[in-house]
Amino acid sequence: MRKPIGLAIYSGLALVFLLIPIVYTIAFSFNDSVRSNTVWEGFTVTHWTNVCAKGNICEALGNSILIGAISTLIATVLGSALAIGLVRYSFKFRASTNLLLFLPMATPEVVLGAGLAAFFFNIGFASGLVTTIIAHVMFCLSFVVVTVKARVQTLDPVLEEAGRDLYANPNQVFWKITFPLLLPGIISAALLSFALSFDDFIITYFNSGSVTTFPKFIYVAASRGVPAEANVIASAVFLLAIVIVLVTQITGAIKRRKLAN
Amino acid sequence: MAFAAFGSAPANAQSGSNRKSGKIVLALLLPGLVYLGLFFLTPLFSLITTSLETPDPSGAIGVYQYGFEIQNYVGVITDYMPQIIRSFLYAFLATFFALLISYPLAYFIGVKMRGRPTLQRLMVTLVIAPFFISFLLRTIAWKQILSEGGAIMQWVHSVGLMGPNDYFIGTPAAVVFGLTYNFIPFMTLPLYTTLERFDVRLLEAGSDLYASPAKVFRKITLPISMPGVISGTLLTFIPIAGDYVNASRDFLGSSKTSMIGNMVEADFLQNLRYPSAAALSVLLMAVILVLVSVYVKKAGTEDLL
Repeated sequence: MRKPIGLAIYSGLALVFLLIPIVYTIAFSFNDSVRSNTVWEGFTVTHWTNVCAKGNICEALGNSILIGAISTLIATVLGSALAIGLVRYSFKFRASTNLLLFLPMATPEVVLGAGLAAFFFNIGFASGLVTTIIAHVMFCLSFVVVTVKARVQTLDPVLEEAGRDLYANPNQVFWKITFPLLLPGIISAALLSFALSFDDFIITYFNSGSVTTFPKFIYVAASRGVPAEANVIASAVFLLAIVIVLVTQITGAIKRRKLAN
Repeated sequence: MAFAAFGSAPANAQSGSNRKSGKIVLALLLPGLVYLGLFFLTPLFSLITTSLETPDPSGAIGVYQYGFEIQNYVGVITDYMPQIIRSFLYAFLATFFALLISYPLAYFIGVKMRGRPTLQRLMVTLVIAPFFISFLLRTIAWKQILSEGGAIMQWVHSVGLMGPNDYFIGTPAAVVFGLTYNFIPFMTLPLYTTLERFDVRLLEAGSDLYASPAKVFRKITLPISMPGVISGTLLTFIPIAGDYVNASRDFLGSSKTSMIGNMVEADFLQNLRYPSAAALSVLLMAVILVLVSVYVKKAGTEDLL
């Protein structure tokens, strides 16, 4: 086959294009700006050493972490159970269940957000932390199901049969064999769910009432100019996520190499 | 990998050997399904009832009572026609550009990089890297990079690509640009997952039989990558049609670029015109469902999940 030099150059440029705003955001976390962080005014680390200086930014971050953690926990438990049930058992309403799980992913966020807000408004339930968590679990659930389902489908039933043959009871089979094998999929699903929740703006904006999350802080600040402290937090989260991904990739590569030897 | 979620689901490897009592199935499925019933289906129903409400006789702002006001729909269609057209036009354009940009990239990573798995993995990580940094900040970054005072726009003006009084941020082009950028990973990943599994010997067979490269692409590569194209276009088109961050005044748009989402937000959260916001949401959802089902039927894949 020909050497795809042109395609390689194109792909490199496309990746650079994807990374430009990330580099920009990280660079401007070091900008010596006082209010609106729009023009480069020199290098400083004060925004990094004094992150909570601007308004309620750290409270917003705390809320985002809290909402992300609780929603992820609930969505992962409900979604993993659904995924196992869907792949492992045959039942009557499988097609409609699949459709019900697909629909939230095919619904624009603004419709999900406005729908839930209308629902809470109609039943007279005040929006706040609880409504935000309910909303986040709802939109994370389907993504958890898809992710865990892919893992359940690759699971070899022979392994569980072997367990049963060795007189393990169903409980032991599940916790000693099935669950550990599904764990990588469940962890991926939880990470995806947390990432979706943490970065969600539209649904949150409709259902959070006076509770501020990190994306909501940025949106509200956008009309006046987003402070560099927001760049600091976003950059830190980005670096943390990249480290997690690289560590899982490297440990995965080492494991594969060990298995190959 | 978590991002298998964006790929097309593999063929259902159903293990039928395991038929236990319905109790276990119920215990596994019921909590999640009840949750979706309560907090996904009921809200959609709420949206429909709200969209038909009539103003309270007292005339108080933001107070409505149950009704059957079909007129609300006529109202939003006539009032918000420009926004409705814009939403779908921008969504079509941005999806098209995202596909155009993503396909060669996904092909390169998925097919050409097979011999170098470490580099391949690194490139996939770079494609999903934007997900790890705030969507709003990425959009604001573009706004500042492409602002009139910035180096790029000064260069564009100096070489005469744009007239002295032209500007970029706030125009429909800027909004489509932002939408395209923000949704490229959603397009690239499903394309990558199908292209990565694709048997390259088919290409060799094609060229051995004297097919031109263009014909090989049209007759072999493209049909095989179709599932990826379908899930990619759906995963970009749907969120783009409902997006309002890019089009908003504080981001890449102006009052002349507002989309359906902007109007829903304004009517719901600022003007307290709940029936109007709800009618517009129902309309958006209905149009998307119709477009998606026609598209999926035409493309011939219905088992997306």
